[in-house]
Amino acid sequence: MAIKPNTAFLASYQIYVALFFVFLAAPLVAAGMFAFNDSQFPSLPWQGFTLDWFFNDSEPKLGMFHDRRLLRGLYYSFVIASGVSLLSVFVGTCNAFLFVRCKFPAKDFFYIMMVLPLVIPGVILGISILLLASNIANGAEEALSLDLDFLRPGIVLVVLGQFSFITTITSLVIIARLKKFDASMEEAAYNLGASRVRVLRTITLPFLFPAMAAAGIVAFLVSFENFNTTLFLVGSEAPLTITMYDRMVKVGSTPVLNAVSFFLMIGSALLALVSILVQRDKPQT
Amino acid sequence: MKQRDIKRLSLILLFAPFALWILLLIVLPHLGMFYISLREKVAPRTYEFGLENYINFFAEPIYWNTLIRTGSMSLLVTVLALLLGFPIAYYIAKIAGHRSRGALFLMCLIPLWVSDLIRAFGWILLLRETGIISSSLQWAGLVSTPVEFLYNDATVIMGLVYTVILFMIVPLVSTLDGMDDAMVEAGYNLGGNGPTVLRRIIIPYAMPGIVSGCIVVFMLTAGSYLTPILLGGKNSSWFTEQIYDQFITRYNWESGAAFGFLLLAFTSLVVWGGLKLSGQTLNSTVARS
Amino acid sequence: MQAHTENDLECIRIQKHFGSVRAVDDVSFEIPKGSFFSILGPSGCGKTTLMRMIAGFEQPSSGDIRIKGKSVIGTPPNRRNVKMVFQHLALFPMMNVYENIAYGLRCAGASKEVIRSKVHDVLERISLPDVANREISQLSGGQKQRIAIARCMVLDPDVLLLDEPLGALDLKLREAMKIELKLLQHQFDTTFVYITHDQSEALVMSDNVAIMNQGKFVQIGTPQELYHNPSAAFVAGFVGDTNRWAGRVTRVEGNTVEVETEAGLAMRGSIRGAGAPGVGDKVSAFVRPEFITAAKAGISAGQTGSGQNVIDGRVDSILFNGANSRVLVRDRAGELIEADVVLTGGPQDLKPRDDVTLSWSPEQTMSFKA
Repeated sequence: MAIKPNTAFLASYQIYVALFFVFLAAPLVAAGMFAFNDSQFPSLPWQGFTLDWFFNDSEPKLGMFHDRRLLRGLYYSFVIASGVSLLSVFVGTCNAFLFVRCKFPAKDFFYIMMVLPLVIPGVILGISILLLASNIANGAEEALSLDLDFLRPGIVLVVLGQFSFITTITSLVIIARLKKFDASMEEAAYNLGASRVRVLRTITLPFLFPAMAAAGIVAFLVSFENFNTTLFLVGSEAPLTITMYDRMVKVGSTPVLNAVSFFLMIGSALLALVSILVQRDKPQT
Repeated sequence: MKQRDIKRLSLILLFAPFALWILLLIVLPHLGMFYISLREKVAPRTYEFGLENYINFFAEPIYWNTLIRTGSMSLLVTVLALLLGFPIAYYIAKIAGHRSRGALFLMCLIPLWVSDLIRAFGWILLLRETGIISSSLQWAGLVSTPVEFLYNDATVIMGLVYTVILFMIVPLVSTLDGMDDAMVEAGYNLGGNGPTVLRRIIIPYAMPGIVSGCIVVFMLTAGSYLTPILLGGKNSSWFTEQIYDQFITRYNWESGAAFGFLLLAFTSLVVWGGLKLSGQTLNSTVARS
Repeated sequence: MQAHTENDLECIRIQKHFGSVRAVDDVSFEIPKGSFFSILGPSGCGKTTLMRMIAGFEQPSSGDIRIKGKSVIGTPPNRRNVKMVFQHLALFPMMNVYENIAYGLRCAGASKEVIRSKVHDVLERISLPDVANREISQLSGGQKQRIAIARCMVLDPDVLLLDEPLGALDLKLREAMKIELKLLQHQFDTTFVYITHDQSEALVMSDNVAIMNQGKFVQIGTPQELYHNPSAAFVAGFVGDTNRWAGRVTRVEGNTVEVETEAGLAMRGSIRGAGAPGVGDKVSAFVRPEFITAAKAGISAGQTGSGQNVIDGRVDSILFNGANSRVLVRDRAGELIEADVVLTGGPQDLKPRDDVTLSWSPEQTMSFKA
């Protein structure tokens, strides 16, 4: 018990921790609460509770579910995030098998290469991919008069740009799980007469599935909220964060942005919860 | 022999997606960016190779001042995030009860899943002249006129710390979590007091987590765009803004590429220096887990 | 040739190299049908590699493995009728007990009815008829053990390999499982090949035991043979507890030698193992504690027969363990000697610092040329 710090110290420590969480929550609460304020501006004083900023169908208080541009942004965000999470989980799973199971020369070097995209600033990922794609597209147009439209800013480039660093995240999540896998389980199945494909299908992938699902959800969320990389690659199909930013800069803050924020926060929290639940192991022993 | 062929084939099949990803989306774009940064537009559609873009950067104090300012503010943010985040991580990993630990960790993570944009938006609503804090202060009678908290360096730094502190706390919690309580107890048992145990046992043990958190936090801060712009306004002078400016406003991709490359080189240099100073490697820190 | 078909498993001059390391070096043995065979050796002796070659997870560098007389070199593990119980059992946590046991049958393409009846049949035989729908995490350690065996036995293998499956259990359960495994082997009447570094597991359960060291089989025999007639110093030292002396031969007399130990003790011993030592040769002498009689000095002087080895010493400490109690006696040379004693709890019992006389017969002093 000598380890326990004295009570005054512990109390102030706890106060500090509590204040920290207040600090964490403050802007989120501020962003969320004005979604329900019956006012044209997201600021005090409180004018009474309303759901208009979600459901009202006419100006000046056009609700988010009737705002065509916001809805389109939401739709594009959804498409992009789905594409990114599918692709990055697939490549992340391949990477996990590559780095956990295979032996090959310069493995440490390649592992660092795999982690690198996580620490490259998103802005730079965005511009470097934009430059390369545009140059290829220009070259193809001049030399072969081919019109490689998908290499112009647009959904494909946004997906590729986000995929380029999100894959590191999914790889790390799936690698961590595969490392915990008891390889003798595969040998046991093989020993019991299963073919290699069957072992993969009935033993390894089911074991890996929670991590793959969690990685997919993380990828989806990170893609949904990404701004820095997307900014340079976006074409006419702007995802939600870009649409919101445009609105904020051009129109100024309006409570409909609070409504979107609230909606996104709830959605993210739910998805994050799901990702934690699927990753939780059944009690062992 | 057959088994060996299968192994080789599966190695190739597994390596292919990895190689395509790293080569096409990371290596080639960066090489391309470097290549373009060495070009210089002399007339429409005619280019000359040279270091003109880099010379421009160093000739114009506003550019390199911005880079230095971005770097030093990012370092400050990193240090603040470490100082503020370490006690929180220690509390979650070692002091909180078994049940509240998970909940606290989750609460730490929730802002992670909320977009930068929304977080910055929340701060704007709190801090601007007509914002919640200013109104509350007026209502309480502490000030007589609205106060503007936005658009100054302190706010930008606070906003950045807020944005990145989670990336400091998460690796710290997972490192500290792996630390045997008995080590701390042994430290006290052998006659250490609070500060020495912290300095001699806890911090050396947490070093990989500390370095890993610092690297991620520094890179994220230096590469951030939204928070400095929205909280610092037009005068925030963040280097990513310059890059955006070159690309989108001036449409000078060559110079933008050079700026991007400089930012990458500069931040990598700082990270490399940090690793050398702390005696860690990229492998033992960020690549861990 | 006829004898070959009687053997479930034969290994002929098996070798396995990893680079320059010889993990398994020229191992040959055959296991008759329906017996319990153990491979006992310290960790790193190559026993796991040997087992993995039998299962097919590794390919031997040279030599042949025959199951029921047929070579299985080149047959992949999933086509060999050799099943394996893994060290940590490797039960599939995402499946329940029924699905675990049915896994191999499903791979073999058995029909649903066949699977159902076979699974229930094997669960009866391991006396766990009601656990079919349990999750693996709900089973106790001993139950998991039996399910792991059932999962293999339901496939009716020619040979069942067990790779230290008791290692993870606590001591009490391990003792119980030893007996249980032996009974299961009788019941299924299948050849078990059991790998362990724990000599008591090997001795209690096996019909035959092979002692393995540094990639080679040192001796194969029944547990009694290994214990009483070890063919090499390694076996004498590895199987059972023993006192050990290193010394030189001072006199040879038929099958008996006189040895002077390094500490200066003189004793007579019987020559064991390969190679007869001559005068001046180095030897290792082994005496098991149960063959040494410890008596209070003075009292028993007359009882020791002529020709016995007799040493005086003083009790250093008593290691009380019920029927297996022991004394540690420090001899004049300062070495500690272990001897089994009966402690009744009465006043006659030996106590620390008592002067004692140790005596044992030369016949029990197993001397190997070093």
